Amino acid sequence: MYAQMIKSEATQDDPEKLAAFQARIDAGDKIEPKDWMPAGYRKTLIRQIGQHAHSEIVGQLPEGNWITRAPTLERKAILLAKVQDEAGHGLYLYCAAETLGVSRDELTEMLLDGRMKYSSIFAYPTLTWADMGAVGWLVDGAAIMNQVPLQRTSYGPYARSMVRICKEESFHQRQGFDIMMKMANGTEAQKRMAQDALNRFWYPSLMMFGPSDAESVHSEQSMRWKIKMNGNDELRQKFVDQTVPQAEYLGLTIPDETLVWNEEKGGYDFAQPDWSEFFDVLKGNGPCSVERIEARQKAWDDGAWVREARLAHAAKKQAAKVAAE
Amino acid sequence: MSVAGLIRMGDNTLVLGQRLSEWCGHAPALEEDIALANMALDLIGQTQLWLGLAAEREGAGRTADTLAYHRDAWDFRNLLLVEQPNRDFGVTMMRQFLFDTWHLDALTALTEHDDAEIAAIAQKSVKEATYHRERSSDTVIALGDGTEESHTRMQAALDRLWPYVGEMFSTDTDDLIDMSGLRPAFYAYTDTVFAEATLTRPNTDFAHLGGKTGARHTEHLGHMLATMQVLPRNYPDATW
Repeated sequence: MYAQMIKSEATQDDPEKLAAFQARIDAGDKIEPKDWMPAGYRKTLIRQIGQHAHSEIVGQLPEGNWITRAPTLERKAILLAKVQDEAGHGLYLYCAAETLGVSRDELTEMLLDGRMKYSSIFAYPTLTWADMGAVGWLVDGAAIMNQVPLQRTSYGPYARSMVRICKEESFHQRQGFDIMMKMANGTEAQKRMAQDALNRFWYPSLMMFGPSDAESVHSEQSMRWKIKMNGNDELRQKFVDQTVPQAEYLGLTIPDETLVWNEEKGGYDFAQPDWSEFFDVLKGNGPCSVERIEARQKAWDDGAWVREARLAHAAKKQAAKVAAE
Repeated sequence: MSVAGLIRMGDNTLVLGQRLSEWCGHAPALEEDIALANMALDLIGQTQLWLGLAAEREGAGRTADTLAYHRDAWDFRNLLLVEQPNRDFGVTMMRQFLFDTWHLDALTALTEHDDAEIAAIAQKSVKEATYHRERSSDTVIALGDGTEESHTRMQAALDRLWPYVGEMFSTDTDDLIDMSGLRPAFYAYTDTVFAEATLTRPNTDFAHLGGKTGARHTEHLGHMLATMQVLPRNYPDATW
């Protein structure tokens, strides 16, 4: 889940228009860029799609950290393909956001100056090769859980970009699990890396779904607008129920002594992550928060001359074309 | 003996693919990030083919991976050009343009090679290299002709890398074809692009040599390999 804690905007539009809009949503219509929409709907979506796009872009960094050290040519090629997909996801999502009237450059500036966020998970470091497995297995696994229902979200461009993204994400999750299998069945050192990766990524993965719905004041409006399709707790439970048997299959231990199957609810009881850590990460105090934004800021600053030159050259070509006509 | 020539082809694509992958997440725009990763991916794919065939022909039980991960710098046979650091985006794209121009011509010639397996790898690679050269040419033109700053940077990149061009056309019997024959086409193509890019080809033929023979690599290669090979070196018993 790459969008967390999205504050939904109160809206002060004409009640009649609002009611008609809600009726369209309830009837399962898709809202398209030129359609009337409440200001709050537009603002909330920009925030949500923007955060999702930023997460794809910042998410390149923890994986890019291992591309140059991938242990075989095939693993290097797979990881390159995956990170390339993520940059592509960022591109579709920025395009979806642009249909709401905000440019990619504006969104980038908001990321860099802290007005917009990216998913808390990418503020954590990738320390061993097993982390490439854990990111695919757990992080992409959690993302899929949120994104599959978002294919039915009410905003057309967002729903369509999710369809493309989901296809690629399931390949990412499979390759992550494949790395974990190799590691968990490998040498003692590899097993140790695999368990260590699970230990470090388990709770941050649970945080990806955001705090409990009981504490989330914004969920209700977003659910009515079909911008948010499921509750945070519901998705988190689904994720745990899916992941525990996979960990058992790998011979790895979930770092939660309280974890137990609850026959009555047909799911696992599990420990909540440390939510104070989550709020610290959101405030920019994650283990890699400073490095992540620093890296994006540097890419933006160092790349300014390239972007300017491309525009200047395009303008010259256009002028020459006009002169020739 | 074709093994040495195959290793030269595979080491070029490996080392350049590795260099390009260092950009991941740091490029000037999202489109550039995607394009750089895409080129790196193509080059790593070609590496698997060239080094795979080299290992098979050698018949000593090695694989593409053991060639990539278990040789030290002095056994690498890539051009000095491709081990040059990325520096700024201008240097990266100028390096790419110079390499792509030579690479496409070399691969095109190799599609006619008597050895069917060599010709088949060249055939597959030529499609990718055609696209790479198209894109790097467009980039060199846009940045050379863009702003005053971009022009200055691109001319500096060309001046800096030009001494590594000559090695592409130095040749010996280890090469799969006579590389010296590719020089005129290289000059003809690059001159057209430089003219459009308003860049001036340096007026010297001085060439640093020693990469493709392994006699003397630059200081940069060892650092690159230390990073690239760290896992197989630290955990020789592991499979990944």
